[in-house]
This record gives sequence, C-alpha cells and structure tokens, in this order.
Amino acid sequence: MSLQDNLNALRDEGLAKIKATDNLKSLNDIRVALLGKKGKITEVLHGMKNLPAEEKPKVGAFANTVRDTLTEALTSQREKLEELALDAKLNAESIDVTLPGTPVAEGEPHVIQQIIDQMCDLFMGMGYQVLSGPEVEEERYNFEMMNLPKDHPARDMQDTFYLSSEILMRTQTSPMQARTLETHDFSQGPLKMVSPGVVFRRDTDDPTHSHQFHQVEGLVIDKHITMADLKGTLLLMVHELFGEKFNVRLRPSYFPFTEPSVEADITCMNCAGKGCSVCKNSGWIEVLGAGMVHPNVLKMAGVDPDVYGGFAFGVGPDRFAMLKYGVDDIRDFYLNDVRFLTQFSKKG
Amino acid sequence: MKIPYKWLKEYLDLDVSAAELGEKIERTAVEVDSVASPSAGMKKVVVGEIVAMEPHPDSDHLNICQVNIGEAEPTQIVCGAPNAQVGKKVIAALSGARIADNIKIKKSKMRGVQSNGMLCALQEIGFPESVVPKEYVDGIYFLPDDAVPGASVFPYLGMDDDLIDIDVTPNRGDMLSVYGTTYELAAIYDQTPRLNHPDVPENTDQKAADLITANVDKDLAAIYKLRVVQNIEIKPSPMWMQIKLWDAGIRPINNVVDATNYIMLKYGQPLHAFDLDKFHGKQVNVRLAQPNETLTTLDGNDHETNPNDIVIASEDAPIMFAGVMGGLNTEIDDTTKNVVIEAAVFDPIRVRKTAQRQNLHTDASQRFERGVNHGGVQEALDAAAQLMHDQANGQVAQGTVTGSDQDVQPVLVDITIDRINKVLGTELSVAEVTSIFTRLGFGVEEHAGLYSVSIPSRRWDITIDADLIEEVARIYGYDNLPTTLPTGQMTLGVLSPAQRQIRATRTSLEAAGLNQAISYSLTTEKKAAQFALQPTALTKLAWPMSSDHAFLRTSLISGLLDDVAYNEARKVKNVALYEQGRVFYREDDQIRPTEEEHVAGVLTGTLNDSTWNDHEAKVDFYQMKGIVEHLLRDLAVVGPVEFEATADYPDMHPGRTAAIFVHGHRVGFVGQVHPRVEKQWKISETYTFEMNLQMLIDMQKSDDQYNPISKYPAITRDIAMLVDANVTNQQVLEVIKKRGGAHLTQVKLFDVYTGSKLPADKKSLAYTLTYQDKTKTLVDEDVTKAFEKVEKFLESELDAEIR
Ligand SMILES: [Zn+2]
Repeated sequence: MSLQDNLNALRDEGLAKIKATDNLKSLNDIRVALLGKKGKITEVLHGMKNLPAEEKPKVGAFANTVRDTLTEALTSQREKLEELALDAKLNAESIDVTLPGTPVAEGEPHVIQQIIDQMCDLFMGMGYQVLSGPEVEEERYNFEMMNLPKDHPARDMQDTFYLSSEILMRTQTSPMQARTLETHDFSQGPLKMVSPGVVFRRDTDDPTHSHQFHQVEGLVIDKHITMADLKGTLLLMVHELFGEKFNVRLRPSYFPFTEPSVEADITCMNCAGKGCSVCKNSGWIEVLGAGMVHPNVLKMAGVDPDVYGGFAFGVGPDRFAMLKYGVDDIRDFYLNDVRFLTQFSKKG
Repeated sequence: MKIPYKWLKEYLDLDVSAAELGEKIERTAVEVDSVASPSAGMKKVVVGEIVAMEPHPDSDHLNICQVNIGEAEPTQIVCGAPNAQVGKKVIAALSGARIADNIKIKKSKMRGVQSNGMLCALQEIGFPESVVPKEYVDGIYFLPDDAVPGASVFPYLGMDDDLIDIDVTPNRGDMLSVYGTTYELAAIYDQTPRLNHPDVPENTDQKAADLITANVDKDLAAIYKLRVVQNIEIKPSPMWMQIKLWDAGIRPINNVVDATNYIMLKYGQPLHAFDLDKFHGKQVNVRLAQPNETLTTLDGNDHETNPNDIVIASEDAPIMFAGVMGGLNTEIDDTTKNVVIEAAVFDPIRVRKTAQRQNLHTDASQRFERGVNHGGVQEALDAAAQLMHDQANGQVAQGTVTGSDQDVQPVLVDITIDRINKVLGTELSVAEVTSIFTRLGFGVEEHAGLYSVSIPSRRWDITIDADLIEEVARIYGYDNLPTTLPTGQMTLGVLSPAQRQIRATRTSLEAAGLNQAISYSLTTEKKAAQFALQPTALTKLAWPMSSDHAFLRTSLISGLLDDVAYNEARKVKNVALYEQGRVFYREDDQIRPTEEEHVAGVLTGTLNDSTWNDHEAKVDFYQMKGIVEHLLRDLAVVGPVEFEATADYPDMHPGRTAAIFVHGHRVGFVGQVHPRVEKQWKISETYTFEMNLQMLIDMQKSDDQYNPISKYPAITRDIAMLVDANVTNQQVLEVIKKRGGAHLTQVKLFDVYTGSKLPADKKSLAYTLTYQDKTKTLVDEDVTKAFEKVEKFLESELDAEIR
C-alpha cells in the first residue's frame, strides 16, 4: 500500500470516527491518535524520509491536505459539541423569572415636602426666589406689620403660641412678606418670592386641625402687577399641582394684609365639579387665600404704595396633600407611620 | 347669621331660588354656610285641634286625644305632653309623617290604645331647644287659635321659608343685619330697596328727660341714647316677629325684649331694654367697673367685674355689661310697666375683651366687636320705641335722652378710573364704574376719571381707595377679570447655595434608604432636653395647650424616636427615617431662641427586609455610620471626617457612640440610643445620628476636579496583624498612612477577628494596601521595601504582631 493510500485510508477512517464522536473527551483522544506527536498521521509523515526526493513534495503536499482536512473536521466537530454542551448547561441553569426581584432600599421625601418642592420649582421657573424665615417670630412681623394691630379682632382667628409678649411661634408665613419688603432693593427689579415653612396655631389636634402645619407664602411686588395677574398665577399653580382639568374661582374674603382679599376655590376633585358631599354640593373646594397687598403693609415696610403694588397668596400644602391624595386625617402627616410615608413615591 | 329669604323679599323683588341667591352672595359678598328650609325632609305635619281628651287607663301621664285634622271624623292620638289641653290647636304628625332627624311616624298601639300619629313639641320638628319659647320647652306647642285644622303647620311657623346662613367676615359687620344684607343685594341685583323708616308717636305730656338722665364717659361710649316707654302691656309678640327671631336663633320672650332683638336683627344695632321701676336712682351711668362690683346677668350667672369692663350702672350697682348682656336686677318681666330702651356705640375692643373675660359671647357683643353703623343709632332706637307703642300699647315719652353723640358724616374717598383698572388689570369705563358705585348706594362725583366717592356710614369698612377697588372688583365679578401673568423686568429664580445643600442632604439620605419624616417641633419638657448637641436652656410656651407640646425641641432625634415608637406600637418593626429641620437653642438670658438647621436619622429593625433569597441584616452602628459618611461625601465637605468614641451624650450608648468631626469641628454624633432611653420610648435597639446641618452648609466645599487614572498597574499587599483589643482601626490606619510611602494609594480593612482562637485582650486586623505610581510601573522591590517599613512601624508603635 502506498503512502498515499495509507493516508487516504487514515483520512476516511478519521473523518468517520470524528463524525461519530459525541463528546469532547473522545474527540480529543481521536485528535491525539491521529495528529498527536505519536499519532498515525505523524507516523506516516515520519515515513516520508524514506521516499525518493522527487516524490517528497507531492506526497508532502498531499499529507498536509489530509492533516488539514482532519484538523478542520476536528475543529468543526468540537465547536458543534461545545455548542451542544453549552445548550445543555444553560438549560440546566434555567430560573423562575417570576420570583420577586431584590428590593432596592430607597427612602421617599415626605408628601408635604413633595408638594412644597413642586411649588418652589414651578415658581422658580417664573423667576421667584425661595426664602425661608424664622419659625419663632416677633409679634411685630407676624401681626403688626401685616396690618393686624393689637386688639384687632382678626387676631382671635389665629390663636397663637406666645413665648413672651413680643415673641411667638409664627401663625402664618405672611411675616416673610414684611421681612422681604423691608429689605428688597426695588432698583434691582421686582420682588418675586415664595416662602415655604412650618407654622403653629394654638389648636387641639383632630382630623382637620393640627397645632403644626405648613404654608407657602407668595409675594409679587412691582410697578404694574394686577389682580388679573394673581388670577393667572393661581390658575397656573393649580394646573401644575392638580392637573389641567382643574379650574379656579375667586370669592371675596377678608384678610387684614390684603385689599381686595379673595379666597380661591378649585374644582372639587371628588366629583369633578358636579357637586357632592365633600364640596357641600357646590362643585368647588376652598384651597387658599390671596389678594392685593394692603397699602398699609407696603407703607409700614417703607414701600410707596402709590408706586408699587402687587399680590400675595398663602397656600396650605397639608390641605393640598389631603385633597390631592384623599388623606382624611391631618395628624397622619406628623406621626410618620412608614406605611403612610412610602405611599407617595411617584417621581416626576 | 341666618336670614329668612321672605324677610329680604319684603324689601326687594327677588325671583331667584334661595340656592341661587346663596351662591350669588357667596360669589359677591361673604361666605354662605348653608341655604336650607327648616321643613326640609319633613311631611304630613298638620294643624290638629284637640276636641276631646281622656286619661289613658293604663298610664299615669298619657292622654287619649281626639284630634280634628280637618277630616269628617277626628283621629285618635295618644299624647304624653303635660300641657295637652282640649280646644288647643297643636302640631300633629300623622301616620306616614316624617319629622326631625328623619323619624317616620306610624300608627301604633300605646299600652293597648290605638294612636294614629303624634302631637309634637317644636323640638320634634327641628327647633333647637334654645329658641323654643320657655312655656313650650317641656310640652307640645300651641298654634294660633285661627290655624286651620288639617292645613300644613309649616307656614304658621315660618318653616316653609328658606334660611340663608351667612358667615360674615370681620370687615363686613354691616351684613349682620337684614337691612345691611338688603343693601348688598340691592347692589348685586341693581335694585332700589323698599326700606321703611320709623315714625315715633310721642306722648308730649311726658318728657323722657324728666324720667331718666345719662352720665356717659365718651371714651367708653361714643354714642349713648335712651328712650322711655311707659305703661306697657307685657305679652307674647305677634307670630311674624317670633318667627323672625327663632329663624335667627333667638328665643322669643315677650313683646318688649323681642322688639329689641328684632330691631337688632333688622338694623344691626344691638339694643337693651330694662325695667325703669327696678332701676335705683334717676341717672344711668356709663363707666368702668369698680373694685368688688358683681353682676348677675340675664342668663342667671354671677360675674365678678373686671376694672376694664364697661358697665351700665344705677346709683348703687351695675345693671349690665355694656354691649354684652344685661343684669337680672333690672330684667323685663311680666309685671314690667315702664321700660328704658338703650341704643349706643361702645368701645369695640373693651366689649370684645369683656365678652372673652366673662365668657359671654352674645349677638350684641358680636356686633359691637365688628362695629355698628354710627349713623343708624337713633333710627334703631326710634324703631324699637315705635314697636313698643304699637305692640305693647306703650306710651313713648317725648324726646331722646342723649348721654353722648357724634356728628356722623359720610366719608369721602378719592380714586381714579386709571387706578382701578391698573390694580385690577381691567379696562372698565367710567360709566361702568359709576354704575357700580351708584348701585352700592354711594354718592359719586366724577370729573375726567377722577372720582370723589361719598361712603354712607353703614359701610364703615370703606376708608381708602383699595377698599373701593374691592367693591368694584366684587360687584363687577371676579369671574370677569382677565387671566394674565405678571410681566416686567426678568428676575432669576434659583435655589441659594444653602437651599441646594439642604436639598442634596435630603436626596442623599433618601438614596441611603431613609424616609423623610416631619415631626412635631413642640414636645414635652423631658424630651425637649434630650439629645441636644450642645448645652442649652429650654424654651417653654407661655400658654401651651397640653404638656405634650409645651417646649421647643433642641434635637430632631427626640421627635424621630416618637415616630419610631408610633411605628413599633403599630407593629411596624423596620423604621428608617430622617428629618431635616430646625432646633431651638437658647442662652438663659435670651427670650427668643436661636434657630439652627439640623439633620438627623434613625434606624431600627432592618434596612433591607428579609427576602426569599437573602436574610435580613439587623441594623447596627456601622450601617448608620455608613449613611453619615455617605452624606458627608455628598456634601463635599473639605478636610478629614473623623469619628471619635464618646460618652458625652447621656442619652446615647456610652460604648457605641462616636462624635463626628469634620475638619476638626465637632458637627454631631452617631450611635446607639441608650438602652435606658430606648425603654423610656418603649422602642427596640435603635441607631441614630444628628448633625448641625447649618455648620456643614457653612463649611468650605471641595470643587470637583478630575484626577487622572494611572495607566500603570497597581500592586497590592495584604497585611494581617494581632493587636491589643483597645487599639482602634483609626490608630492602625494612621500608622499605615504615615509610613506607607509616596505610592500608597489605598488602605482597605478586609477582616476583623476577635474570638475563641485569640487571647481575650487581642484582636486580629487585616488590610489590603494598594500601591501605584502615576508616572511609571512600580518595581516589586520598591513596594516590598515600603511594605516592610509599614510592618516595622506597626510593630514598634502599636505593638502589633504581624502574621
Ligand atoms: Zn364635590
């Protein structure tokens, strides 16, 4: 048998064995048996040294072809077996994708904070500064400069925690009107500010009353600010906080520090304005007080009411949150039950 | 104030429904609490006439009444009222009737006797007991003798009307009267009201001044007037007047007292009537109360006067708290013959204070507090005198006794059309504005857009142009105002650096898993004193509502522990909260405390609840500390952050608390709440921290700058050592960092061991040291040299045994 025949036979036998192999181990054994240092092909190639010189290149080339063919077959069979092995492995690794995901521990901002932040962001976008004032206030700012002189009957409307005859827990964020009016430099442009914060009333806590709650004060003073601007501003705020489908209406009211004074109602969220028990069948819910800043307030802060004027409003984020989310007990905001706090986690 | 719709219709042509009228008032003038008919929800309540009555055989108080209800045969009703009486017209609720509180009346047997309905007291058809005439409080009500049996009782009692309950703001005291409300509605509906004015028939034979005089301190009563009516006949008032009184919530008493109340409702001017024959002396004194004076008021209560109370006094004693309530000693009773009527304007502040002090909030005091029409005092007085003449057959003595008086003139307020439009954002014409002022009943003079508006005394709330702008706005209608946004010079709206850092603080702690809490700033004396970062005096409220909220907090932790306790009491075991807010520090001589921004957190239970694939890890000191480190990193404070064991805080665990230093400044602490304090709050093991956020905000912040990442490989070496148990990680780190050489870039603790395999006073610590050079590949020998140096110093400085 010639060397070539020998090679042909080894090739055919090898290819058949390779094809029949079903695992990587025996495939490797075949490779070693054929192409290893002591393999049969290697052995045949060693026999080439006995060939005549002129035959060597031809047989050599043929031997290389056979070796390449076998190598290729080995590689392709190995890839095929590896693929099968991987499939089997992955199949074995299957998991129940319906098991719960690993929880991410993330805290939430307080719902009142969320409303305050939302309002501050809205007003900053319209060029308002955000200012915070003292929680322990002078009577002068809390009352006197807000046009509530001593013995004014409206002081009875706001039962006050006093520390001394002149120092008190602020009953409203309105003193920030007086404080900013006093210091604002109108030559630098208009005064536009919102001031969120906590306020205190001498009240007994129950589902609708809390001795501590929040307010956001708003104030805009310039040379040409109108009540129509107030109306538009309140409407924008209500759209931002509650949604576009809510409307605003103004009703006459009374606050010593604004004239005209109004209360603003928004469409009842419970009945969408149709009338229900929540809104006493009016279709409207009272949400905030506002008005045009009283000339006395401007005067007392050293601002000329003949030149400057504007509007102010006071919003209760607690009440907003109660209305928006249907919270029926204001005390829940201050007791901080984790199950309560984590219900308001909508971002954006 | 509840106003009967029919009363308004006496003066105005109103054809809208009561609900529409209420809505209009609410949108234009003052809030309306309710619009309701007193008979709403009730039916089949008719006039019955008791035609026969016999005692129930099996009862000592029931009577079997035969009641004519306008049908061929009387119907039988068993009645327990003690005043049931044959011949009286009564209120009969028939079978199928609905009475107050939605009670349904059915035929029934009462102790074996058939009863086809019920004879009603006024309370049973919805009257508050406080308005039921005294003689009917304990029995059934007797309708007028001419009431028609079988007819509905509602018209006889005024219950077919609608009552509009207005909630008058402090500035609109004028609307606490039917006339005031009528003027308001006249403006709203552009009508001229048909108001009547009194015309007093006087007895020219008797001068009032001969019967009584008045000595008045003008500072206490700017206007003080009296009239005298003689020889009156006391009896019940006519039905029409009684109805108006009880609709407004006032109990009818007799024709004299009722006349004064009726005039108050009509004009808004409180009046008082007293018995001239019970009055000692001839002079009425309006003065401040004198020491030790007492007064028994008409409600039967005894009062000590206060030297600041205005009293009306006879020659020897007070007979009234002026403007508040009269005294029993001069009460009008069934025997009264001669009456003095008082109409006055008292100092509103004193009236308010007296009402508060004596706890006597009356219809009169409510009106004086908000002001009354100084120009309407005489008219109200005359109207009352006329009523007593007409209804009590009294003789009105000639003249008014005037103790003090004022010349009341309209107030002139100037305003321009431009000003109105500028403030409202409108384009109203002169004609429109003139029409509004005219409708309001104001005098108007206008020249080229400049108004001089004359305000009648009944609108004493209007004194400046802003007040007039409000009148224009509300009559024009807020719905009709345009909707715009402010224009003008642009301004910048951005958070200040401090506000940004407060927001960053919140975001950082939320990212670490803590929920934001907002707790009460007012707490108990004990809690207020706990956990303060620095020594401070406590701040107490002058008049707290309760001891639970009497002191200002000096730490946020105490409030957070309240929250933990609240959660644990409600079976919420895992609590992770933070709070950002103010605490209140005070020096002893300071009245107003200093407010300081703080931030604090609490952890109890576990931060990550156990899940199907992971066990829960109980919170510990290091978790809380990690959150503090995370926060300080986010705030980018400059300088080293250090933790030092401390036992300085009595409410903290002395072995598990660290003071926090930033750049050498003590900014707060972190640790476990003292087990004794945990017991105080009834909470389980809780870790907490509190820092002075204001200090952190005020500290210098590092600007972010890119630090190039070395292209050359890092070499790491692990070191394990045995040290004395009291050697701290901090000490080891200091040695390693000090002796580590220029290329030591990181030291990481990876193992701490104490336990059975080591002596009790030893512990094992293991660290990975990372070396790297930014400019070249490090040579192994250099690293080994540096590493050996560290080993040597650990041995010499900390007595470490390298393993
Ligand atoms: Zn509704």
